[in-house]
Amino acid sequence: MANKILIPTPLRPFTGKQDAVEVDGATIGELLSNLTTKYEGLKPHLYNEQGKLRSFVNVYLNDEDIRYLEKEKTAVKPGDTISIIPSVAGGR
Amino acid sequence: MALSNDEVKRYSRHLIMPEVGVEGQEKLKKGSVLCIGAGGLGSPAALYLAAAGVGTIGIVDFDVVDFSNLQRQVIHGTPDVGRSKLASAKDRLLALNPLINIETYETALSSKNALELFKPYDIILDGTDNFPTRYLVNDACVILGKPNTYGSIFRFEGQASVFATKGGPCYRCLYPEPPPPGLVPSCAEGGVLGVLPGVIGTIQATEAVKLIMGIGEPLIGRFLIYDALRMKFRELKLKKDPDCPVCGTNPTVRELIDYEQFCGVAPSAPEVAVTGANHSETEMTVTELKKKIDAKDDFFLLDVREPNEYQIGKIPGSTLIPLGEVPQRLSEIPRDKDIIVHCKMGGRSAKAASFLRQQGYTKVKNLTGGILDWSDKIDPSVPKY
Repeated sequence: MANKILIPTPLRPFTGKQDAVEVDGATIGELLSNLTTKYEGLKPHLYNEQGKLRSFVNVYLNDEDIRYLEKEKTAVKPGDTISIIPSVAGGR
Repeated sequence: MALSNDEVKRYSRHLIMPEVGVEGQEKLKKGSVLCIGAGGLGSPAALYLAAAGVGTIGIVDFDVVDFSNLQRQVIHGTPDVGRSKLASAKDRLLALNPLINIETYETALSSKNALELFKPYDIILDGTDNFPTRYLVNDACVILGKPNTYGSIFRFEGQASVFATKGGPCYRCLYPEPPPPGLVPSCAEGGVLGVLPGVIGTIQATEAVKLIMGIGEPLIGRFLIYDALRMKFRELKLKKDPDCPVCGTNPTVRELIDYEQFCGVAPSAPEVAVTGANHSETEMTVTELKKKIDAKDDFFLLDVREPNEYQIGKIPGSTLIPLGEVPQRLSEIPRDKDIIVHCKMGGRSAKAASFLRQQGYTKVKNLTGGILDWSDKIDPSVPKY
């Protein structure tokens, strides 16, 4: 089962400039792990040295923050869209 | 605060709408907004707030108008280049609407002055460009109980929300911690579509005006994401985090902290870089690089910018491998030579240099100040961008 993961601008250099990629997985954790296996350059941006999701990168299942669902164990259904939303600070 | 005849004439398109009316316009007249920064976001925001008749608009900035600002910072004009942004912004706003007060604060916002600066204002409009100030603005707003109309931009993407209202989430509920320095590029490094801050800044102004008048549904608990390339708006849900260190049930941050330290930014580093004195084994100045080139030393000059930046200008003898492609193209980077890595200003190349060291490269140096410093000190024919 492939789900669409939306890739934000700052991370597109690591997915061959694609703004969305299709990845298999039954949970958010599986999807992200498959994503970073496919695009290794993404890994340090999503996970810290201990393999934990970085706290300045938020992951949404549709419009819900996975921190308030079941985090990386959150189950994914066909048609769900996953968004990676990193913090950006630009303003000037 | 009754409206004068001049004000009635000026704001007539507001007054004839029942949602605003005389009452709403009087609220705006009594209202005050402090804009942090008169840049990409602050420019359109302040212009519309002034036009709408917000009685007092404060602006905090300490920058000078530069040619590279004009592509998006529409409050400033070409004759303003070289002037202080505050003076330029104040002139423009008063020309637009002489019936309001403009207060200017020529200072860098800091933990020492933030609370005092924010106190007289109803709403804070965050249009800064760095993480330490973002967290500082958020925490000060939470401590003082003032809404923060937030906007942020990068390349073609913008984000907006309203933080720190009573019962609503704050910026730290969304992002408890900042990214390590250098991981997320700034607009100066990453670029920004000139129109983008126009969209996001006016969203911030819209929210400020709504909050002052108490009308509509504010952007509280909602995170708006805008993609200019695809012309798509998306809305994500934002929850107040009960464990938030600032606005949670048991806050651990009750006063302003050292935000440079919190964000892992060493405040003294740029000064060292500018003087070129005391730089470590891992850095090289453009003057040293020029000497190495002139002496025909054998080394590998790696440019980690993007191909479109390379087209604008390059340092002779460099090899282009964009930062994102470095991991896949290690075989093109010789292990037996001295490696000097450069980018536009030194941020991306520092990342590349540390990555190469992790990969076992031993002789890697980062070019301090990047190609901009090269243009300043060695070859002015290389255009600055």
